[in-house]
Amino acid sequence: MSSENWKNTVKKTATKFAAAVAITGAIGVGAAAAQETFKVGIVTFLSGGAAESFGIPAWNGGELLINLLNQGGVLPPPYDQPGFGGMMIEAIPVDESGGATKQVQEFRNLVQRENVDAVLGYVSSGDCLAIPPVADELKAFTILYDCGTPRVFEEGSYEYVFRTAAHAAMDNISLARYMESRGIEANTIAGINQDYAWGQDSWADFVASMSVLVPDAEVETALFPKIFAGQYGTEISALIRVNADVVHSSLWGGDLQAFVLQAGPRGLFERSQVALAAGDHVMPQLGNKMPDGVIIGARGMNGLAARANASPLTNLLWEAYEEEYGVFPVQAPFRMWQGILGLKVAVETAMAANGGNKPTAEELAAAMTGQEWEAPSGLIQMVLGNGHQAIQPNAIGTTKWDDATGQMTLVDIEYYSATCVNPPAGVKAIDWIHDGFPGAVCD
Amino acid sequence: MTEFIFPRSIPLACALALAVLVVVGLILPDWAMFLATMAFSKGMVALGVVCLMRSGLVSFGQGLYYCIGAYASGLMATWIGISDIFLMSLLGIIASGIVAVIFGPLLATYRGIFFAMLTLSLSMILYGTLSKMSVLGGTDGLNVSAPTFLGYHPEGRALGLSLYMFTCAVIVVYGGLVRTLFDSERGLISLAIRDNELRVEYLGTSVRTEIAVTYIVAAIAGGIGGVISGAAIGHVDPEYAYWTTSGEFVFVAILSGYFSIPAVFLGSVVLEIVRSFSNLYFPNTWQMSLGIFLLIVILLFPKGLGSLLSRSKKPEKKQ
Repeated sequence: MSSENWKNTVKKTATKFAAAVAITGAIGVGAAAAQETFKVGIVTFLSGGAAESFGIPAWNGGELLINLLNQGGVLPPPYDQPGFGGMMIEAIPVDESGGATKQVQEFRNLVQRENVDAVLGYVSSGDCLAIPPVADELKAFTILYDCGTPRVFEEGSYEYVFRTAAHAAMDNISLARYMESRGIEANTIAGINQDYAWGQDSWADFVASMSVLVPDAEVETALFPKIFAGQYGTEISALIRVNADVVHSSLWGGDLQAFVLQAGPRGLFERSQVALAAGDHVMPQLGNKMPDGVIIGARGMNGLAARANASPLTNLLWEAYEEEYGVFPVQAPFRMWQGILGLKVAVETAMAANGGNKPTAEELAAAMTGQEWEAPSGLIQMVLGNGHQAIQPNAIGTTKWDDATGQMTLVDIEYYSATCVNPPAGVKAIDWIHDGFPGAVCD
Repeated sequence: MTEFIFPRSIPLACALALAVLVVVGLILPDWAMFLATMAFSKGMVALGVVCLMRSGLVSFGQGLYYCIGAYASGLMATWIGISDIFLMSLLGIIASGIVAVIFGPLLATYRGIFFAMLTLSLSMILYGTLSKMSVLGGTDGLNVSAPTFLGYHPEGRALGLSLYMFTCAVIVVYGGLVRTLFDSERGLISLAIRDNELRVEYLGTSVRTEIAVTYIVAAIAGGIGGVISGAAIGHVDPEYAYWTTSGEFVFVAILSGYFSIPAVFLGSVVLEIVRSFSNLYFPNTWQMSLGIFLLIVILLFPKGLGSLLSRSKKPEKKQ
């Protein structure tokens, strides 16, 4: 190597080094500015069977809300501060598919590698059971926003984990109450639910609630096709043969769509009163393929039932969502909004208490415990599981196609206050049902 | 020089590997340590697949033992309150060993697709059974409390580090034993079965026995892998026995090849790293990026990553 070449090499290296230093410096500045952001890992299904029905609409709703919040002043008070207490929200979306094992790994990566300030997510009950012990171990503030299993806070107790949506018992208790209050003939009931924890629990809750509220109801048959079966010919034949007064189902997503499309032409909806515990989320896709007169729950006062109530927050979500995505919002975005708004309230409460600093996980947990806030789906109150598990009002309605607007609507909507369909603190949901709902306060 | 990089003595190689792993563990950040623990525990199961692959058999149901190990230890932790990782591992070994002793001789008469399908169906039977058992949490599974180490109850980073160390010790010891087995007469016969089963029989060996023994060795590796995964994750569910989980182990085995045992654990780590980062940076297309990565690896290293590690060894053998 000639000396000229060597000099050049030195020069180049020096330039590169200088550039590297400059870049590192820039990153350093970035880190300083990062004080002004609040990082949230958002975990929901972006692929797989639950993506289209729950994950994607939820993430769409979440992205929409985060943008609105970062703009500031768009939402009515008390949500008019930009971001979370002035800090810009930075969301890191993560796909929930792949099972609980993978989710625990991803959760650790979010907390330990990406240093998120909070994690908000989880649709699958299995994930919701696996994550909390890890969250407590890592002292990471975590919000479960969607999953249904009551086991999370009935079997365990966690310091840093909160669920901002009511658990699944509410869905089926409300359905049974609807049967009772509207005097729907239900001498015989049949069920078709997916063969996994969600389907099994939903059916058990419904049967137990019916045996209290409509004691004459007799179970004719309980069918448990496997999840993602997609073909229900045999089950529909069986349901038609038993000819029960009421057919209960907690099917969701593609399974529910397939069931409705296959059962419709065979006349199941004319023979039996079909009640879908979580049916609202397929209404945009099915349109007028969803028969009239089906009893529909939305796992909370979500979707069309909330729209009929027309609070300013609901209208804001409804219109912004429709404008952005060309379809009306169903339960998933509502649940995502109540989770993010809950997080916002927790962050701002904690900041008010600590003098405006970015709150630690401990401060967030203290602020979230027993908190309550308004969401598009009504008042969310963290009263169960020592202030870690939310209760919320619910609504059940009946479908009716509106020819004039070309849209599916809900009629005969009944609203249930949170205390009417959720157990009081310290009582397991299934025991509460079996004991005949002691202490329920219904309006 | 190659002697130095690849010591011929297995105990020496093991000691070296353990020393390196321990030192690396001390400096790893928490997330990477957890990733390594998981990759190694899954690597144990993949090692089982590799054992069988040497005889030309692909087990598509190694998740069976992964799941048995995880549930055996998880249930004992919940029911009797055992949380000692050594005792849990022993339970996992016993449970998976018993099941393998029952099914091993039966499966040993099948080859090719029949062997693959039978192993797959056994693991899916376990999956179906566990999914139905609401006592065990059904499809949602159950939580496993944090492991203890001979009366030591670590928390935070110490817990992760202890489990990592335990895992390293396990893989080094088991890896060493398996290497010894591979190099032994029995191990070489397994390799010969792949080439010509009939000849091996004529040489006076029972191919069935050889395969059954290999199957049991593979099952025990799977059981231990399951125990460690369950303890690390803190949760077990029937997904452990699902066929996609087993498929992942087969993939690691293909990725690593059957030439080198360290390659199996390396392959497992590589897969975990790729998945972890693609999941974060391509939340919507992580499966695709993972698939592209797998394709590239298969095209570039048809005999697996192990062929890289053992290449320098081959000329020596010819001397």
